[in-house]
Amino acid sequence: MFPTPIQKRSPLVQILYKAAVPVVLILWLLPMVAILLTSIRSNADIISGNYWGWPSEINFLKNYSEVFNPARSPMLLYFRNSLIITIPSVFMAVFFSAMAGFSLAIHKFKGRIFLYALFIAGNFVPFQILMIPVRTLFANLDLLDTLWALILFHTAFQIGFATFFLRNFIVDLPFALIESARIEGATEFTVFFRVILPLIRPALASLGVLLFTFIWNDFFWALTLVQSDAARPITFGLQALRGQWSISWNLISAGSIVAALPSVLVFFLLQKQFISGLSFGGVKE
Amino acid sequence: MEKATQDKLQRLEFKLAPVYFLAPAFIFFSLFVIWPILQSFWISFHEWSGFGEKTWVGLENYRTLFRDPKFHIALFNNIKWFVFSLLAPVFGLILALFLNQNIKGLRTMKSLFFFPFVINLVVIGLIFSWFYNPDLGLLAEIFKAFGLKPIPVLANDKIATYGIILASLWPQTAYCMILFLTGLTAVNVQVIEAGRIDGAGGWKMLRHVVLPQLSGATFIAIVVTIIGSLRSFDLIAIMTAGGPWGSTNVLAYMMYDESLFNFKMGYGASISVVLFVLMSGVIAMFLRSVLKNER
Repeated sequence: MFPTPIQKRSPLVQILYKAAVPVVLILWLLPMVAILLTSIRSNADIISGNYWGWPSEINFLKNYSEVFNPARSPMLLYFRNSLIITIPSVFMAVFFSAMAGFSLAIHKFKGRIFLYALFIAGNFVPFQILMIPVRTLFANLDLLDTLWALILFHTAFQIGFATFFLRNFIVDLPFALIESARIEGATEFTVFFRVILPLIRPALASLGVLLFTFIWNDFFWALTLVQSDAARPITFGLQALRGQWSISWNLISAGSIVAALPSVLVFFLLQKQFISGLSFGGVKE
Repeated sequence: MEKATQDKLQRLEFKLAPVYFLAPAFIFFSLFVIWPILQSFWISFHEWSGFGEKTWVGLENYRTLFRDPKFHIALFNNIKWFVFSLLAPVFGLILALFLNQNIKGLRTMKSLFFFPFVINLVVIGLIFSWFYNPDLGLLAEIFKAFGLKPIPVLANDKIATYGIILASLWPQTAYCMILFLTGLTAVNVQVIEAGRIDGAGGWKMLRHVVLPQLSGATFIAIVVTIIGSLRSFDLIAIMTAGGPWGSTNVLAYMMYDESLFNFKMGYGASISVVLFVLMSGVIAMFLRSVLKNER
């Protein structure tokens, strides 16, 4: 193990280390701690400039209910929009990519490496090179400024990364399992649904978690494909509300917490899957 | 069914299976990713407001672009992003080495360290804008504590870009940290022990024994960081919108601005093509490493 295990060091070093970790952690998360505290500050604190001290009173319910009150801010609507965009996109991208990844991993056909490379490369292109044609396409389909535009686009774009990810996972599965299913007369569909999908369930979970945070956190496409409140997801909504809330930093902070919460929750609930997914489908050394 | 027909059917199925398994992914991806890239190249040779007819202008957009002072600023800022974002893998490695221990409760703390990566950039941009705010930010408080006059970081054209890059380092470092932590758990213990017996320790051990074993994680950390830095858009849009006086512009933001606010679609497309070409080098590097085990 590197560095030397702390247990092999002197007791003094051990104590220092155990004290240092939480201190570094608090400094590291200071920006988060600050908005968490500010999200429960009263207006009086904000007016008197108490941004960094302890809140004079705890206004948790007041601030958060203000943020979520549909009569006062469209935050609840934005939140709902984000869910409507994110959940179907994740499922569609994962499903289509599982099919594509299966074929790229198992079937030997001409051009499969090229196709695989296309999916990987596409995942890394700058969004701007897609912007004008994608906007024009949605305008022609009369879908600009609708939730559909974001659902369809996110599904399509995430297919690149997702196919890469799942194909790598499927390629490592024992091929004998597929062979034996085929010998028993299974069609490729049966192989996919009965053999592959159950085997790649952990990978599907990792991927789903990653895609959820990618799509939930998207800002660029929200900014360029939608305008009206009816279709705005929470990232864009938060940015828009910032003007309305102006210097009410307690509300901006509460809104930020709400916008960040779902991906944070998903991460904490499915931490193991999340982290195993991050090493890019385990690019081999 | 006869055996021969059955075999024939199965062979046919093998031939057709890739078609229907790949069709949905391929259609989606081509329609919204591959085809738009080609279209952007095409649009970049035109003058177009986004409505009505396009006028062919050949390379005129590129000629204008290369002479545009705004483009020079944006390109130079992209270089700054590129260079300074590479601090993220360095900090990430330091943090990972610091946290690579087995003590009670450290697991939870590791995941808390990872936190900034899952938060969206809108929130991060808002937090840092507030941090830098000369009237009510923490930075101003610190300056005042030392008896100094607070500097308005984001309103100063000399340092605003660095202020935004610093904000971007926060989530990016967290990401690199996780990659390195995962890499460190896979480091060969025997090689390390052998190194210790040979008297290698600290820096020497890191340089000659540990880092070579982390080459996979390092590669991904660097490539993903570079790509992220060249794509940076969100933080700029949220923190400065390219200002003050265009000093924080980067190609990605300039493209958005020229296309959607100045209605110069052809010009905007040419900016995105330049960005795309710049990034293709990095993408090709990544592809080569991934594909070297194939075939």
